[in-house]
Amino acid sequence: MNIPANLRYTNDHEWARDEGDGSYTVGITDFAQESLGGIVYVELAAEGTRLKAGDRFGTVESTKSVSELYAPISGVIAARNTDLDGAPDACNTDPYGSAWMVRISAESSGEFEALMDASAYATHTAG
Amino acid sequence: MTALQRTPLYDAHLRLGGQMVAFAGWEMPVQYAGKGLVVEHEATRTAVGLFDVSHMGEILVQGADAMVELNRLVSNDISKLEDGDACYNVLCHEDGGAVDDLYVYRLDSERWFVVVNASNVDKDFAHMQRLARKPELFHNRSRDFGQIAVQGPNASALLARVSPGDAIGLPRNKIRVHSFRGANLLVATTGYTGEAGFEVYCPPEIADSLWTALLEAGADLGVTPVGLGARDTLRLEMGFPLYGHELDDQTSGYEARVGWAIKPKKLGGFVGSDALLRLQAAGLPKKLVGLELLDRGVPRADCQVLHNGAVVGKVTSGTHSPTAKKPIALAYVPPGLSALGTELSVDIRGQAKRAVVVAFPFVTPGSFFPQ
Repeated sequence: MNIPANLRYTNDHEWARDEGDGSYTVGITDFAQESLGGIVYVELAAEGTRLKAGDRFGTVESTKSVSELYAPISGVIAARNTDLDGAPDACNTDPYGSAWMVRISAESSGEFEALMDASAYATHTAG
Repeated sequence: MTALQRTPLYDAHLRLGGQMVAFAGWEMPVQYAGKGLVVEHEATRTAVGLFDVSHMGEILVQGADAMVELNRLVSNDISKLEDGDACYNVLCHEDGGAVDDLYVYRLDSERWFVVVNASNVDKDFAHMQRLARKPELFHNRSRDFGQIAVQGPNASALLARVSPGDAIGLPRNKIRVHSFRGANLLVATTGYTGEAGFEVYCPPEIADSLWTALLEAGADLGVTPVGLGARDTLRLEMGFPLYGHELDDQTSGYEARVGWAIKPKKLGGFVGSDALLRLQAAGLPKKLVGLELLDRGVPRADCQVLHNGAVVGKVTSGTHSPTAKKPIALAYVPPGLSALGTELSVDIRGQAKRAVVVAFPFVTPGSFFPQ
């Protein structure tokens, strides 16, 4: 399973990447896409939506199941990946790349630093 | 809470990386590692899938009066069956609601093999015991059978390698005895995927070796184990009812569109036939329809169906069809809104998604039984 070292992770299997400009890109992990199976639909909150860490910002559906997406950090959605509307299967093939979901302009950097690093997430998913 | 039951193929599922979940009191694989629902679904439509359906219940009705006794309880006319024939039935309450849907196989004139849903075995058997005039003819033999479904275009080629015999090449709804390593198998040309194929009943102690032999012999035929996830999407693409979704104690087979298996005017009728005739004469309160979503999204069971903003019905099963690659659903709506092409909408998490009534089966299967 792929767990890039440069990302931070949540208990709910989202990843976040520091873009260095106060914004953070968010998606779901390789573990999440593998567990869900073929992803057929991604619904994301609109740009401008204000989120608290832990708020729902979207839904990912595989053929069988529905999973909610939760914001890793507080902030405002600065961008959402509209490519996923037409090609949700990218979540399965490229979860850390072209299947990024939203970019959040964060209120502070503290919440990002508090997320799990790659080794902690590897332990979390091994359980 | 009672412990979950395990089928004789439990260890085989673990060896294959089956993701085990609770279903109808059983611990069953929903999908397999390295495969997954869509891969397993497509393999069944294009090659051959193996399904553990050992959780299903088997009831044997045995004796000189077996046919008459059983025919009084089930909806189809089983007096028409010859030895080795089978048919689909609804088991009905006195008021016409469905106790279960089931398959009846005539092994011979005095031995009738009834296969019922896992979740309903105890309820069905109690119903039969309560309403049969000769309850002593009914035997719950559910623990005595493993069951493996072999489904898809390559099913015949695969079974011929492992257990050749008379069932291969027959039309649908037949049952024959085959053998495997000295044990007798009951091999039926039935299934719930829409594909041609077999349902193989075996002694539980050989289920694992039969399953393993089928997987090993079928590598070049594209055989794959298939979990409950794809079993559900395969049957839903065909519009086959699933008890607890399209059929339940309050819903009749007419509403679920399986009227072709209901013969209320057969000689002597059956438990529930009078109520069903009255229901038909009075007009059905609801009708099962196929829906295709025109907007993006995935309809799921219990989503509300709307017409001009008002709630008019409910989705009973829904998914993103792996074959048609679009969102599909079965739903109950008033008969006045059941015509093909009727525009409705489905409430998915508070958003009304546009939908249209379409015919089902939603897809054409990849294989057909000989006529």
